[in-house]
Amino acid sequence: MIRFLVSRFVQGVVVIFTVITITFLILKASPGGPFRSERTLSPEALAAKMEYYGFDKPWPVQLWRHIVHYATFQFPESQLFSGRTVDEIIVSGFPVSASIAVPALLLALIIGVPLGAQAALRPNTLEDRTSQLAATIGICTPSMVLGPVLAILFGLKLRWFNVSGWFDTSDWVLPAMTLGIIYSAYIARLTRGSLRETLAQEFIRTARAKGADNTTIIFKHALKLACLPVLNFLGPAAAGLLTGSFIVETVYQLPGLGQFFIASAINNDQELLIAISAFYAVLIVSFNLAVDILQAWLNPRIRLHA
Amino acid sequence: MIAAMRWFVRAFLLVVFLVGVVWFNHVRTNRPRRIDIATREGILLVGNGTEPATLDPQLATGQPEHHIFHAIFEGLVAPAPDNPDADGPGAAASWTHENFTTWTFKLQPNGKWSDGTPVTAGDFVYAYERMLTAKFGADYANMLFPMLNAEAFYTGKITDFSQVGVKALDALTLQITLAGPAPYLPSMLKHYSWFPVPRHAIEKFGNMTDRNTRWTRPGNLVGNGPFMLKSWRINQSVETIRNPYYWDAASVKLNGVTFIPISSDTTEERAFLDGQLHVTQTLPLAKIPGYRETRPDFYRDEPLLSTYFYRINTTRKPFDNPKVRRALALAIDRESICRNILRAGQKPATGLTPPGCGIGYQPPDVMHFDPNEARKLLAEAGFPDGKSMPTFDILINTNEAHRTIAEAVQSMWKENLHIPVRVLNQDWGVYLESQRKLDYDVCRAGWVGDYLDPSTFLALWKTGDGNNNTGWSSPRYDALLSESFLEGDPVKRFAILHEAETLMLEEVPIIPIYWYVRSFLVQPNVKGLLPSLLEHRCYKAVELVP
Repeated sequence: MIRFLVSRFVQGVVVIFTVITITFLILKASPGGPFRSERTLSPEALAAKMEYYGFDKPWPVQLWRHIVHYATFQFPESQLFSGRTVDEIIVSGFPVSASIAVPALLLALIIGVPLGAQAALRPNTLEDRTSQLAATIGICTPSMVLGPVLAILFGLKLRWFNVSGWFDTSDWVLPAMTLGIIYSAYIARLTRGSLRETLAQEFIRTARAKGADNTTIIFKHALKLACLPVLNFLGPAAAGLLTGSFIVETVYQLPGLGQFFIASAINNDQELLIAISAFYAVLIVSFNLAVDILQAWLNPRIRLHA
Repeated sequence: MIAAMRWFVRAFLLVVFLVGVVWFNHVRTNRPRRIDIATREGILLVGNGTEPATLDPQLATGQPEHHIFHAIFEGLVAPAPDNPDADGPGAAASWTHENFTTWTFKLQPNGKWSDGTPVTAGDFVYAYERMLTAKFGADYANMLFPMLNAEAFYTGKITDFSQVGVKALDALTLQITLAGPAPYLPSMLKHYSWFPVPRHAIEKFGNMTDRNTRWTRPGNLVGNGPFMLKSWRINQSVETIRNPYYWDAASVKLNGVTFIPISSDTTEERAFLDGQLHVTQTLPLAKIPGYRETRPDFYRDEPLLSTYFYRINTTRKPFDNPKVRRALALAIDRESICRNILRAGQKPATGLTPPGCGIGYQPPDVMHFDPNEARKLLAEAGFPDGKSMPTFDILINTNEAHRTIAEAVQSMWKENLHIPVRVLNQDWGVYLESQRKLDYDVCRAGWVGDYLDPSTFLALWKTGDGNNNTGWSSPRYDALLSESFLEGDPVKRFAILHEAETLMLEEVPIIPIYWYVRSFLVQPNVKGLLPSLLEHRCYKAVELVP
């Protein structure tokens, strides 16, 4: 177990620095400099900015500087939000994204798993078809449609929640609902598929033959195993949600990470873009590790190897 | 018995649930709206587009910052309360000039920074030195170039700042000497690039030319405007409150202005309808006609000093021929674009400089829709009926509105001139790069004036100007512009500029399409928020009526 963890940690560090390097190289290869605007800058102003951000140096030197910055936790300054270091921006945006992501994930599980399980247990019945239809609609509804619909319904019509902003304690509800509903559709379909597959397996038949009652079979044996694909999905999904959903954050005007991510990409803010990509990589690596450990715990057939 | 109990429990739970919903509904729907609370507290809630990049007026370049600076800083001249485009007293109580070249400003005797320190002429000298130090890297440094020797100092030709045309004659008297007469200087001084900055606050956190220090953070930032910075929560709000040290604090009506960055226009509109904003920055294009007709109590539009136009790459064939360029310009029905596509009261641009750009300046009226003349010119250029005219692209940056206009122009050119045109879209950065490198045929562009004078639009087309980007150059045009910079008589000066603009428009390196109008929503209880071509705001005159 310790060997496994150490090995995965080392792999994770390599992945994160690879992400930093690749993001950096893509940015360098993309057209347009970092300081472009509709008004042309004077050569003097451009030179001053290039020097300030170190862009006057050859690119391998710049890359090395990035790696050193991240390795020593001396994070650079964003170009778009002048004067703010990238970690300051992530620290300000992450709690917002997280307070949307956690309830959204919980909601997705609370809706998705029972819906999928119900469908799997009564295949090809009206219940199954209805829940499948609901899941398909959920998957097909983009958040840029569902978000405004919920905002208009619960915000403008019923006046239960604010349509946007991050001022009241209840401002997380609508964004979390939007994301939760969409993710629950994926989870319902995954649960249904994998539970049906599991129920058809031999060990379930054995359990039935031994006279185990239905509840024990479903909850103790089948659902536990059927959760594995859902878990696999949840790792990257959680990382994606935690780094912020740009669309939902824009629809509800939330100061989360997603808005910063897109703003940095559109404005070619290299430092911030690299930082958020690296942060995303850290989350993905950590959640995948957590999922691996959980899977081993749920399914004794899986062993953790270094 | 057990079954009855079960039903009883179920019915009980249902009742509890329903009562809960009713109670929840009652509590939530009766909570006060944000604007009601804010109105009671005298705080104006303003939608402000994107998150400000900085609150250092010498490093900022954008509109969101511009709006905030009008609350927390003040230039020598300020927007007048009854007309923000007129020149009212600001940090300067009065000013005089000699031949529009040497200007003397008497500062407000009780002018103070928001920490109580007096605002002195030295603060302006310091600000202008900071702005003009190339190492500092201010985007808008060239706004100060009308000042004597400012450009020479910026480019390093002279190193002694005392040779630059700004002097503190005493603590409350500032003298600005210009390179040539500029009757428009007061209007220019309302632009934030000319605002003073507090030396004592800046140097607490670094040297004069250090970029991005912590002096702009709440608690550190010191301004001289009617309001002062209270908090700045990134992507959430910039709160300002009444500045007790402001020289005219008695006439400030609001207790504060809160700027809320909302990048999506549909989200902003919903926030307005939900009672979260007193004023929006913009309005979704598709909603404009509806609001104009059904909600005149909310709807506002105001013309801006801003032109939408197409650049033509005059270095490429066949656009090197002025007849081809002129034919393209004459074949566009601007009226139809404004009436059928834009639909927010935009005006067809018959010239480059928008109406109101300089009091007494009449922009030349030359761009008209004349398909017959256009066909004739095209034939004279060697493309009768559009034959053998090569296919070319209209370059736009990726945006639905630009695409719609480009497609309209495409079909007008096809219909009126029978020439094949494509629409090419590129991402913002790539588009800017293509424009700069003259790697385009025809490309969409816009320009926002910084002050009320035609030169804010006409200086672009000088040979070698960084914003020309058309390859067009005319010695006569350059000479006229230089002449205008030396002319002290405003009437003669406008005549020269008029001649220059007419010359440029006849050569057609650009095709003006329309003059912008900003449409937005305002709660009816907001009083004193007056229209301005430059989006200048006199926040001290704004009032919230309960």
